[in-house]
Amino acid sequence: MQITVTVNDAAFTREVEPRLLLIHFLRDDLGLTGSHWGCDTSNCGACVVWLDETPVKSCTVLAAMADGHRVRTVEGLAADGRLDPVQQGFAQCHGLQCGFCTPGMMLTARWLLDHNPDPTAEEIREALSGQVCRCTGYENIVRAVQWTSKHDAAGREPGPAAGREPGPAEETR
Amino acid sequence: MQVPAQVEYEKAASVEHALALLARYGPEARVLAGGHSLIPMMKLRLAQPETLIDINGLTELAYVRVSDGELLIGALTRHAELLAAAVAGEHFAILHDAEKAIADPVVRNWGTIGGSLCQADPSEDLSAAFAALKATMVICHPGGTRTVPAREFHTAPFETVVAPGELLTEIRIPVRPGGGSAYEKVGRRVGDWPVGATGVALWLDGDTVADAGIGLTAVGARNFAAAEAEEFLHGASASEDNFARAGQIAAEHCRPVSDQRGPAAYKRHLAAELTVRALRRALRRARGEDT
Repeated sequence: MQITVTVNDAAFTREVEPRLLLIHFLRDDLGLTGSHWGCDTSNCGACVVWLDETPVKSCTVLAAMADGHRVRTVEGLAADGRLDPVQQGFAQCHGLQCGFCTPGMMLTARWLLDHNPDPTAEEIREALSGQVCRCTGYENIVRAVQWTSKHDAAGREPGPAAGREPGPAEETR
Repeated sequence: MQVPAQVEYEKAASVEHALALLARYGPEARVLAGGHSLIPMMKLRLAQPETLIDINGLTELAYVRVSDGELLIGALTRHAELLAAAVAGEHFAILHDAEKAIADPVVRNWGTIGGSLCQADPSEDLSAAFAALKATMVICHPGGTRTVPAREFHTAPFETVVAPGELLTEIRIPVRPGGGSAYEKVGRRVGDWPVGATGVALWLDGDTVADAGIGLTAVGARNFAAAEAEEFLHGASASEDNFARAGQIAAEHCRPVSDQRGPAAYKRHLAAELTVRALRRALRRARGEDT
């Protein structure tokens, strides 16, 4: 069947099998390998992308279900050559080690901050509770989202990419 | 790598179109809503439909509203939408209690109420909540619609009264004054199925229980309900002693099985304890002492 999916503001039309999962469509058909394919059982959240306006686990969505819809992946977070504040936050606060969970974490964090600009640590943990990180113990991920919350407005202003600022983890040392 | 087997795919444009597609493709067709139960089942070959009828375009089935004294929930309502619907929590706190404990926020964004019910997992949370609330399921078929009480909806694990060619479209819950409700669940970790869970809806006449609905899931309760415990409470005073006895009765009448989530004896203990906790909380809410 033929589907047309708008991924990060660009429309892609492809011939696909109805059984093709959205994560494999993104990675194998479109070459967008930023979205990671992890547990395959909708537990780990490495494959989280936005379908229209909401984060979904793309290993449990058929590409056919995205036909006529918009998808946003980690490749669509940066704009005009500038990292999204959430990407800056993860960099500043050491919110990742191996990076496998990071694209999904950032897409859910972006959604959370768009709907709740000043979340508590508990709200951040709840929002990310369907996503697994095996490296960080989550502490720095929570700090990264908190950093983003503080810098979201400033981070959206045009200007050069942010320099290396001390993250909260470093400030406390 | 887990992928579904080959399958045909049709997008439904309306309820009538979905019913026509279901009639055309026969009993090996399956309705695809959020897919968060069906697609994992297809990956594991536990389900191998010949055709998927995708109803995600039927936005007319996504709503939560009160009409003519009933809370109406469209079958395509996402779990996140039910959790966000103030009108649902205002009348039935049990629904928000349960939704907060169903899967995780990202899964709730796409999984649907109707899909969860039609999957009919014997550990499904809303089945117990709707049993407690004595909800009614609305099922569409080519000749019109029929209604089925929530407690007659499930016929066996993973089986419901929804026949080939039919579509669950709505859940209706009568809104009655003087009540309170709550859902208590114990799971092994965030997002998991319950080891055991109880939903309670309580209506008071002063300090007397005018009516009680008790739903149980994951513990082998018939029709996801504790009918004997409800009967015991009917007309009884809303006391700690009576709640404890109701919990014991609920536990005596369920049939949990030992599995990787725990031994049967522990699940039976949970059935009693969670029934008591849900009764207490529902009572506080009925009296306006809790939100």
